[in-house]
Order: sequence, then C-alpha cells, then structure tokens
Amino acid sequence: MNGNSRASYKPGKITRFFLHIYHAFAFVMRFFREAFIPPFHFKEFIRQCYNMGYRSLPLISVTGFITGLVFTKQSRPSLADFGATSWLPSLVSIAIVRALAPLVTALICAGKVGSNIGAELGSMKVTEQIDAMEVSAINPYKYLVVTRVLATTLMLPLLMFYTAFVGMMGSFLDVHAHEQTSFISFFESAFSSINFLDYWASIAKALVYGFTISMVGSYKGFYATNGTTGVGHAANSAVVTSMFLIFIEEIIIVQISNFLRGG
Amino acid sequence: MHIPDNISKEEEVIVIKDLYKSFGENHVLRGITLNLFRRENVVVLGRSGTGKSVLIKIIAGLLKADAGEVWVLGKDVEKLTGKELRQLRLKLGFSFQSSALYDSMTVRENLEFPLVQNVKHLKRSEINKTVEEVIEAVGLSQTINQMPAELSGGQRKRIGVARTLILRPEIMLYDEPTAGLDPITSIDINNLINEVQQRYHTSSIIITHDLTCAKTTGDRVAMLLDGTFVRQGSFDEVFASDDERIKSFYDYNFIQQ
Repeated sequence: MNGNSRASYKPGKITRFFLHIYHAFAFVMRFFREAFIPPFHFKEFIRQCYNMGYRSLPLISVTGFITGLVFTKQSRPSLADFGATSWLPSLVSIAIVRALAPLVTALICAGKVGSNIGAELGSMKVTEQIDAMEVSAINPYKYLVVTRVLATTLMLPLLMFYTAFVGMMGSFLDVHAHEQTSFISFFESAFSSINFLDYWASIAKALVYGFTISMVGSYKGFYATNGTTGVGHAANSAVVTSMFLIFIEEIIIVQISNFLRGG
Repeated sequence: MHIPDNISKEEEVIVIKDLYKSFGENHVLRGITLNLFRRENVVVLGRSGTGKSVLIKIIAGLLKADAGEVWVLGKDVEKLTGKELRQLRLKLGFSFQSSALYDSMTVRENLEFPLVQNVKHLKRSEINKTVEEVIEAVGLSQTINQMPAELSGGQRKRIGVARTLILRPEIMLYDEPTAGLDPITSIDINNLINEVQQRYHTSSIIITHDLTCAKTTGDRVAMLLDGTFVRQGSFDEVFASDDERIKSFYDYNFIQQ
C-alpha cells in the first residue's frame, strides 16, 4: 500500500470556497438531524436559556430604552413641521415592532451571545475539551451546539418583545414630557397601528436571527484552530458573519412580509 | 521482538496495519504497524511532531487515516457508524496532553459528566460512590470541589486520568502524560499509570518522549522515527542499537535529565 489512497490533496481557491459552503451547510443540516433524536440535554438547554436570555437583559434594557427615546426625539421635529406630533405613538410603534426591536435585539445578541458562543466553543476546541467529550462517548454537537442553538433561537423572540416594550417606554417618556399624553392613550394609539402580520413577521425575524447568531457562533467555535489566536478569530468572525447575514435576512423577510401585506 | 512473559500473546486488543496519514505535504505516518496485547503497556517513543499523538487520535476515531487498518477490540474503527464508535469509546480511556478538563465544571462535575451522560438511571448515591472511588485512586480526594483552574499541572493530569477511569475502560491511551511536569511529579504520574494498569487491568498505549516514563511504564517500547517504527522491543533492546538517530535520542534525554 502506498498510502496515497485517501491522502488529502490541496484544492484551489474556488474549490475551497465551495467546500467551505458545503461544510457550513452540512453543519447546519446536522442540527435538524440531531435536535429531534434523544438523548436530550434538557438541563444544559435551560442553563443556556438563562445565559443567553436572562443575562442579556441589562444590555437589552439600556439599548432598547435609548433606541425608543432617541427615535422619538429625532422624529418629533419632522412631524411638528406638519403639526402631526399626535402621530408619534403610531410612528414609533410601527418602527419599533416592525424593524427596530428585532434588528437591535439581533445586533446586540450577535455581539454578546454570538461572540460568547464562538469564544467558548473555540477555547473548548483548542484545549481539546471537545475531543475529550467525543472520546467519552458524548456527542459534542448535541451537547454543545444543539442546546445553544435551541436556547438562542427561543430566547431571541422573547428578548425582542422585551426590547419593544422598553423602547416603547422610552418613547412614552419623551411623548409624555412634551405632550402630556397619558399612558393609556399613548399605548392605545400605538397598538392601533400594528396588525397581526407585524407581530408574526417580527417573531419570524427574531427566530431566524437567533438561529443564525447561534449557528454561526457554534460553527466558528467548533472549527477554531491555531490556539488562542484562533479563539479570538472565532469570536470576531462569529460577530461579523452573523451581523452580515442578519442584514441579508432582514431584506428577505421585509420583502416577504410586504408581499403578504399586498404592498 | 521481546514481549514480557506475563502478557498473553493471544489476545490483541489493538491491531494497526500499514497505517498512513498526511497533512498536506507533511507525511506524518508512513506505514505504521503495531499491536497491543491485553494488559500490556506499550510506549510509543519519538520526537515532537513525529505523529505520535496523531496515531492515538486515529485509534480513538478522532482522526481518519489516509490508508491502513485500525482494529480496536475486534472492530475496524474506520468502518464503524457513529453509534458503534460511541459504544467502542466507552471501552477506551483517553488522557490528553493538556488534560482537557472542562473549565466551567468543578472536579466533581468533570468526573461525573461521562458517567451521567452515558449511564442512565443512576442514583445520586451510586454516582457519588463511583466518583469518590476514582478520585481516591488518583489520590486527590481533597480537590473534589475545586475548579480545574485552581489545580497544578500534575493534579490536572491525575484528574484527567480519573475522568477516563470512571467508565472502567479496557484500553487507556495516554498522550504525553509527563509533558510539562517537574521530575518528581513525572514519577508520580508514571507510578499512577502502573497503578491504573494493576488496579483496573487495562491495556495501554503511552505516547511520550520522556525516557524515564518509557522505562518505568512500558512493557514494550516502539520507537517512531520519520513516520515509521524503526525498532520495537523492551527498553534495553530498543536502545541497544547502532542507529545514530536512536542513540542521539537517548543521549539528548540523558543530558536533559
């Protein structure tokens, strides 16, 4: 035997690119194969829900509140020119529910959760902890990736609603300070402009963004190489790639929801 | 080739035939052939970067060979399905060079983890008993509630070994067990390897470049140079060689110590 029967060859740049796409696609497809077959790591899933969801609340609270407040302050002068400041609650609610809440939540989570997953799994990879799991007859994909992806995908819609709520509270504070609008009339006006499709489109966005963030973070971490440099690269690349994909997905989902609205 | 009398030559637990592995242009293993008998300790000696760790990663199914066969406990590793490979791994213990303890878990949780994940419906008292037994076997009961970051290098190695013992493996694979340790701690680890073999009746492949470790723990030594085993036998047989590469390896270790 000459040893070349399965020896690796060096593919060209284009081949490498398509191999990389295929590899990433296979990694994502593996999730759908593994997620629904026992054993289920329920305790780890709950721990990740706590990490991804609850621990993101302080950051989400501040950014959501400021987003609502600043958006209201920036929109007031334009509406005031037309004597239409009474439309502020409607404008803000549409902007927040349809676009800002899912996007702001996703970008914050890409930075916080995505980098966390990339760095954690990356460091586990380079210190052979993932290999240790594998040789202990534990499926590391199931234990590490499936739990994190499920947790982030389920937590992101909840965080998105929370962001929308604190954003609306920020907006209410500004509207109340300027127009003395009551809490009830502000929210009545705000909710009257949002329909069922708006909620569902935002939930769909949040689910897709959550899946993207956690899947990209897991993929980058799971295949980290080159020691500590590789861990930093995995974390950084997880954030950059997931943010890029989030904007692509945003365009696609907006087009679909506009089509469903008949617009 | 010398095989000690206390080793049964009939039962081979690992058989490696004509194994090749390359990483790009780097041909690491070039036709390796090796067998491991039940209750035998085989030491694979060689310089850093000669593919020693690659060899045991192929045995454990962590890497795929380019060519050749690896049979572990009668099963062809390359042809096993994911489920079959996991079943086989329950009988393999792998002690990593870096110990590979889970940073986010305490020592107790590290030890429990393979047990809880692989053996269902265990009572808490049974888990505790097994954990206490293996941690006592490596002599580190006092560290049970510590985090891995709080342990010394030698302690981490011992806990790494204890974690593999929790599933009662038939075969132990040690990757550079004494690397980065001071001579006294290295002797402790060498003694631990022998104790594990006697207490748990394991067969082991020990990857090292440390001659003291090889001499203390190995029933048989296989010298890996330039991707092939240039010599196999007892420690003395291997180093009673005129091969300059083997001589210089011996001299280098001797001077280092």
